Amino acid sequence: MPPVSVDGSLEKLRREGHIVIVGASLAGLRAAETLRDEGFTGTLTLVGDEPHDPYDRPPLSKQVLLGRVPADHTGLPRRRALDARWRLGVAATGLDLAAKRVHLADGDSLEYDRLLITTGVRARPWPHELEADLDGVFVLRTSDDAAQLHRRLNAGPSRVLVIGAGFTGSEIASACRERGLDVTVVERGSAPLVGALGGVVGEVAAKLQREHGVDLRCGVMVTGLEGDSAGRLRCAHLSDGSTVEVEVAVVGLGATRNTEWLASSGLGAGPRGIACDAGCRAFDVRGIVTDDVFVAGDVARSPHPLFGYQFLSLEHWGNAIAQAEVAAHNMVSSSTERRPHVWTPSFWSAQFGVNIKSVGVPPMADEIIVTQGSLDERCFTAAYGYQGRIIAAVTFDQAKWLEFYQRQIEQAAPFPPEFTTVDRRPEGMRPVPADFPDPSLPSHGPTVTLSGHSPSDRRISFTPLHA
Amino acid sequence: MTSVALLRQITDYANRADPYPLYAELRKTPVVRDEDGPYLVSTYWEIHSLLHDPRVSSDTRNLSPEAARTISQEEDPNLPPPFIKLDPPEHDRLRRLAMRPFGPPHTPRRVYEMRGELGEIVSGLIDGFRDRGQVDLVDDFSYPFPVTVICRLLGIPREDEARFHGWADTIAASIDPAHGTADEREAQLQVFRQARTDLASYLAGLIEERRRSPRDDMLSAMAAGYGPDGQMSPVEMVSTSILLLIAGHETTVNLITNGMLTLLRNPDVLQRLRDDPDLVVPLVEELLRYEPPVQLLPQKTTLADIDIAGTTIPKGAPLWLVLASGNRDPQRFLDPDRFIPDRPDNQHLGFSSGVHNCFGSPLARLEAQLALTELVRRLDNPRLVEDPPPYRHNAVLRGPQHLGIAFDGLRQ
Repeated sequence: MPPVSVDGSLEKLRREGHIVIVGASLAGLRAAETLRDEGFTGTLTLVGDEPHDPYDRPPLSKQVLLGRVPADHTGLPRRRALDARWRLGVAATGLDLAAKRVHLADGDSLEYDRLLITTGVRARPWPHELEADLDGVFVLRTSDDAAQLHRRLNAGPSRVLVIGAGFTGSEIASACRERGLDVTVVERGSAPLVGALGGVVGEVAAKLQREHGVDLRCGVMVTGLEGDSAGRLRCAHLSDGSTVEVEVAVVGLGATRNTEWLASSGLGAGPRGIACDAGCRAFDVRGIVTDDVFVAGDVARSPHPLFGYQFLSLEHWGNAIAQAEVAAHNMVSSSTERRPHVWTPSFWSAQFGVNIKSVGVPPMADEIIVTQGSLDERCFTAAYGYQGRIIAAVTFDQAKWLEFYQRQIEQAAPFPPEFTTVDRRPEGMRPVPADFPDPSLPSHGPTVTLSGHSPSDRRISFTPLHA
Repeated sequence: MTSVALLRQITDYANRADPYPLYAELRKTPVVRDEDGPYLVSTYWEIHSLLHDPRVSSDTRNLSPEAARTISQEEDPNLPPPFIKLDPPEHDRLRRLAMRPFGPPHTPRRVYEMRGELGEIVSGLIDGFRDRGQVDLVDDFSYPFPVTVICRLLGIPREDEARFHGWADTIAASIDPAHGTADEREAQLQVFRQARTDLASYLAGLIEERRRSPRDDMLSAMAAGYGPDGQMSPVEMVSTSILLLIAGHETTVNLITNGMLTLLRNPDVLQRLRDDPDLVVPLVEELLRYEPPVQLLPQKTTLADIDIAGTTIPKGAPLWLVLASGNRDPQRFLDPDRFIPDRPDNQHLGFSSGVHNCFGSPLARLEAQLALTELVRRLDNPRLVEDPPPYRHNAVLRGPQHLGIAFDGLRQ
């Protein structure tokens, strides 16, 4: 096809094509808005399995549980009018790549010219179904989950059990303590947050929890939940042989990708997400990149040049937005105008009165150094090192410095940092093992440096690995 | 102008009314060592990155001895340095302690609840324009307003406000030193030192009084409050109070005065604000970008060599971050020399950024928003008496010395 008519077909798509977005949460909404910003005037349909308008999830484990914001008041602010067709409360059940059709749970189907998948993740349920069904056992992912849990916390349970001390679990424990509720946190690893931030920082999180009156039990698993004759949760049995009497248990065991509906579609989708290229185009099962199916947000796995081109799956609020914007731009752009998604991972959490923020990929690290402040004061900045370069950083109540470390990561700056900083303490003079439970060491590869600040100008240049 | 001392041009009074062409020239070399010594940084992203760089110190004791001589520091030997001139962790401790009675998370409503009182002060000052066809906005409005606000915030008794205004005026004048003979300068310095000493001992007494019988004001809260950081020492409280007075005074004067000047130069925008008072919120942000009250930060220094924009700034070098230039950087802002009251994506450097970002910014915003909305609403056919107006000497805290505004009448 000569270039002129390729451009012509792109123009036609932009003018009167049909774009379907499956997944009507943060990524889906921002993608839709970006499409309109980019000048897409065709038909836009958003499909969402929840009945609610797009809403924000971070407050669900914080302000909502504290009763400061009702669960149904976290609707996402709209950047612009959308002129979209909304199919809310209807899940997508299948995808026919050849016919370019999405099948819906109500029997309907939608034809598309371009498809964006932003189906995200859902809370991993308690594995024993009968125990999971006990009255008092919760997960926390949706606003309905938050409304139910909040209602139950209002009833003043004698004790709340949090299973899993990741970020969600820790935030729930924090909210419960702030409400004056007794909390037991059971974590299989050696410390809270250990999987995300390693043992050194995990130890700080553990002290923080205990100082706030959490009954924290690490290196322990919940082996069973037991109900009374009326089906109400009564107690939990732990792997150390002990029993905890609880009325509420919140399962915080991470998330599962919503990809089941794509099982027989031929798309490269599985439990770890949907693989896509840096331009957010989905791979099919043959490893060939599709031209009309795009992916963004929590459900995507995309290769990142800063981290050895490993596919990264990120459950980060900021990534959902950034990737949605890139995907939307690329969906209605010619190949030379497309942009790579090279967002530096970053996330935040608020718990026990501390603001925690991180950039980069801490779990890749082998070492950590406290560059500013002090672990004992719960107010610090720490940099993570991997093979002699800075790979990540975390701050406790020092978020304003984080941007500096992000640039260090993007420039593949050497680790440990050789420079003096304000507030450098004796403990920050040498690195220690970062102490991740299961370090996954990627293969050697070129290191990559990013430069420039504007999203359309994030050039990638290759620099050799530090010797 | 490669070999000319850029810094001298910036401080040259001849360039005070419109330093922006000079900044544009400066941006051609984002980081440049001035022949007078300091490294000048003039582009948005470079300034932004240095404001978040832990290798940059705000503690002037880290300046190299030669550099320390170039900035005239008139410190009170009896008081500890205010937190604006400290690095973490001391900075963080003092700022947290000062923030507890001022803003979120512990006192989220302090500024908001001053709204009514601020409105009354504004109305009272504008009522004073009655029967006059012309005012000097600086003397008649912009100066008295923020001092009255800081008095109410700290909890200065009404009967002492006049004395407080006197000290504030003297201290503010010292920021803009006279250019007389050595004797005249020394005499002015004496007056300034005396005012500062008097103010400090007055505040120390008041703090002690508030400690014994607290009221609902910031001094009482500082004197009585305890938190995880404990409490400020009495001299730290005095030092912090003086900082809040000085930092919240001159800057707000300039913000309001620059605001009216800009509106009177852009009558279409003035009319839009009159028709739609809600426009004032983004308008004040644009003002902070377009005519920032603090043009540059001259007291930073490097704790290590820093590679930036192709230049290595050596350890111990004095660093001048030209915020007003970064605010006009075309690499960051579209059409930067245009005043666009509802400009989107306006992350200006008007309040700086990083750990030292303006402590009083929520109050400054509210003061400017209320002042500009009311001035525009009530002045009938306001117009500039002269343009450009006479500027004060100070290149850092840049603003008109007087702003004559003529008008046909006052609306209610």
